[in-house]
Amino acid sequence: MRIGVFVCHCGSNIEGTVDTAEVSRIASDYPEVAFATDTMYACSEPGQDGIIEAIGEHKLDGVVVASCTPRMHEATFRNTLERAGLNPYMFEMANIREHVSWIGKDREANTNKAADLVRMAVEKLRRNRPLTPKEFDINRRVLVIGGGVAGIQAALDCADAGLEVIMVERESTIGGKMAKLDKTFPTVDCSSCILGPRMVEVAQHPNITLHAYSEVDGVSGYVGNFSVKIKKKARYVDWNKCTGCGECVEKCPSRKAPNTFDELIGPGRAINIPFPQAIPKKATINADYCIRLTKGKCGACEKVCPAGAIDFDQQDEIISEEVGAVVAATGYDLFDWTVYEEYGGGRYPDVITSLQYERLLSASGPTGGHVKRPSDGKEPKNVVFIQCVGSRDKSVDRPYCSGFCCMYTAKQAILTKDHIPDSTSYVFYMDIRAPGKLYDEFTRRAMEEYGAQYIRGRVGMVYPDGKGNLTVRGADTLLGKQVEIQADLVVLAVGVESAKNSPQLAEKLRISYDKYGFFMEGHPKLKPCETNTAGVYLAGACQGPKDIPASVAQGSAAASKVIGLFSKKKLKSDPQTALVDIKRCIGCGKCVLTCPFGAIKETDFRGQPKAEVIETVCQGCGICSSTCPQGAIQLRHFTDNQILAEVEAICRF
Amino acid sequence: MPVLNGRELRIVGFLCNWCSYGGADTAGVARFDQPTDLRIIRVPCSGRIDPLFIAKAFMNGADGVLVSGCHPRDCHYSEGNYYARRRLEVFKQFITVLGIEPERFEYTWVSASEGQRWQEVVTKFTDQVHALGPMAPIPEVALSKLAQTEGTDLRTAITEEA
Ligand SMILES: Cc1cc2nc3c(=O)[nH]c(=O)nc-3n(C[C@H](O)[C@H](O)[C@H](O)COP(=O)(O)OP(=O)(O)OC[C@H]3O[C@@H](n4cnc5c(N)ncnc54)[C@H](O)[C@@H]3O)c2cc1C
Ligand code: SF4
Ligand code: SF4
Repeated sequence: MRIGVFVCHCGSNIEGTVDTAEVSRIASDYPEVAFATDTMYACSEPGQDGIIEAIGEHKLDGVVVASCTPRMHEATFRNTLERAGLNPYMFEMANIREHVSWIGKDREANTNKAADLVRMAVEKLRRNRPLTPKEFDINRRVLVIGGGVAGIQAALDCADAGLEVIMVERESTIGGKMAKLDKTFPTVDCSSCILGPRMVEVAQHPNITLHAYSEVDGVSGYVGNFSVKIKKKARYVDWNKCTGCGECVEKCPSRKAPNTFDELIGPGRAINIPFPQAIPKKATINADYCIRLTKGKCGACEKVCPAGAIDFDQQDEIISEEVGAVVAATGYDLFDWTVYEEYGGGRYPDVITSLQYERLLSASGPTGGHVKRPSDGKEPKNVVFIQCVGSRDKSVDRPYCSGFCCMYTAKQAILTKDHIPDSTSYVFYMDIRAPGKLYDEFTRRAMEEYGAQYIRGRVGMVYPDGKGNLTVRGADTLLGKQVEIQADLVVLAVGVESAKNSPQLAEKLRISYDKYGFFMEGHPKLKPCETNTAGVYLAGACQGPKDIPASVAQGSAAASKVIGLFSKKKLKSDPQTALVDIKRCIGCGKCVLTCPFGAIKETDFRGQPKAEVIETVCQGCGICSSTCPQGAIQLRHFTDNQILAEVEAICRF
Repeated sequence: MPVLNGRELRIVGFLCNWCSYGGADTAGVARFDQPTDLRIIRVPCSGRIDPLFIAKAFMNGADGVLVSGCHPRDCHYSEGNYYARRRLEVFKQFITVLGIEPERFEYTWVSASEGQRWQEVVTKFTDQVHALGPMAPIPEVALSKLAQTEGTDLRTAITEEA
């Protein structure tokens, strides 16, 4: 092999503390180095042209550039090689800036170290092989998991761009939390008035297929070609026939079923349509509470249904869909507020959650929008809001800020005054966090225009005062004294946690999640809606607490990533994949078990089991390489021999 | 910081591309002074690091070996560092058998944003290796044991355990 070495000055960045001419002189003696030089700015246009020229002039087969970190310019120089007619993988980089010139001032030691690093690169390059990416077809359909506002936005943007969208929603209607909200901050406009039309669009869009009351059961494949199993849960109603007239709900005698849409405060029925604007607007039977399904009696709905849609024999059904990309938009859940026993959550009917309060405020809620407290239906005059219930509290393992509770509390205080003009709202808070556009102004309005009484401090205790009301006792840390407030209703601003079963879904999608179960973005700043698994994107609060504007923005961002991905004719796979040496492979299957991506399968080779790498799935981690007892599976470009050659290059001095 | 006293030792670093190599870059960008003994080999994932590489480094005369990857749960390949952690923990027990002081080998988790932490890790480890001084040649017996178990057996021994 004829290797060329280019040692970059990077202006004075490297040259200042490394004798680059000396490094190139030393390098010219390394094995197979046919040409070595130092250069002012290797990455600049003249620098790259110099490399191309030298490749031609000295008939080079491979190039080492000693300069900055490969994380910066590896792609640049690979392109340079390609332009010179070489295979881009016949290239190695020695990081003599971040790892040498910038961390030490001793010119001699630095020069020495730089020469070592160049030697390592040369030794590795001597064992490089030309690699060619494989091209493969893309299935231009996208799966959106979760039909909250973020998922809806992503689905509509993709569908409008002409892509086929499959949406899977766990509940029997889309809309997520936003569908349950009364009004939204900071504009106080009606939530369902802005979300409703978008939900209808989803239902009517020719490019969107909606699977509600369904869950993703399994995902296999890779970017461009995922295959997804979807479980359509038994709903005991034939949705093709159901017209959503609601006759059945009227007649259903089982009234103890939880009404999850109304956050358990409204009456529930065993057969239910979540709310009038539900999409799809279809009835679903809750098997746990249906008298016919549990006791074999009743069947009232079957008798009244004019469409003959009731089907007590329905079973769960698994269907398959093929897609090229996935957007996870599964949102969040609320913290279990009953953990705070001192607040009496779950014990006193008049201590409710913020989302329950949204239902009480909502015109489509269980009270028709008249704020009535659960215990006796009386209109509350003193409403106490307690913020950070399950947020910023290490003692319940929720040290993070839930992001939007300060804002919705301000909103609810404002709405309370709108509903009951002679009421007073008290808000116990730790800090006010209102950094969005018009947010700070909004919280100020709650205090100044709507007279909400903000008290900085934690509540110690909520207890019944014996006269049908509650006493809230807490500290006012600004005044430095204890306060007690008489409350007709206590609203807990409960914090946000990851949606139930998020880790399980993450594992199916092979994406990472943080210690709280929120999905991890590819890069905290530069890849906010990508994941580290190619073709899987994130939208909304599944990645961390996010309000509606941020969720919608991320929904669109995820869609744009999908559209960008699908705009290519074919996808190229990274050729730095694992390769099995069939002669050495003993078919033990260890690699098959260890590969985190399911990229290795067992095949039959002349009657013997052998491992085979599915190149387009392999992410190039090399975990298999260090697992194989035979050294039979090798990660291209990072083979055992290459790494050991680097080890030797370092140790010989 | 007079760790060097004008004399470098041979310290080999195996760093994963996504977190620790990035962390070392970040330390460089921030111009955090570090001892120069360490030479870094970039691998895609700490899970790619075969304990055999470390054994080989010592056999070739390395005075110290430092491995660093993404914090557990942060792995770019979702679980590579868990594999690494198991293997390296077993290996740590194993090197004393070779007559190598366990302080010559260390593994850490450093993320791409933790330049400061990287500086501390490198400085501390280099000091630690300097305190031990250059490595005495691995005793013949151990070497021959290693030579026998090299490749297949050692790898099996370590991965089986892990
Ligand atoms: C009381 C309260 C008031 C609020 N008020 C406001 C406000 O005024 N303004 C504002 O900007 N924000 C407000 N928010 C925040 C708002 O709710 C969120 O910003 C928004 O709902 C996030 O949307 P999303 O689509 O990411 O998540 P979600 O709304 O949670 O939607 C996620 C969807 O995914 C589904 N899902 C979950 N897991 C799965 C799975 N495994 N498979 C299939 N489907 C799944 C869920 O059923 C749900 O439909 C409020 C929040 C609360 C709690
Ligand atoms: S009565 Fe029949 S058609 Fe009407 S909502 Fe119930 S199941 Fe659907
Ligand atoms: S390198 Fe090996 S373990 Fe890693 S993804 Fe490829 S086949 Fe799987």
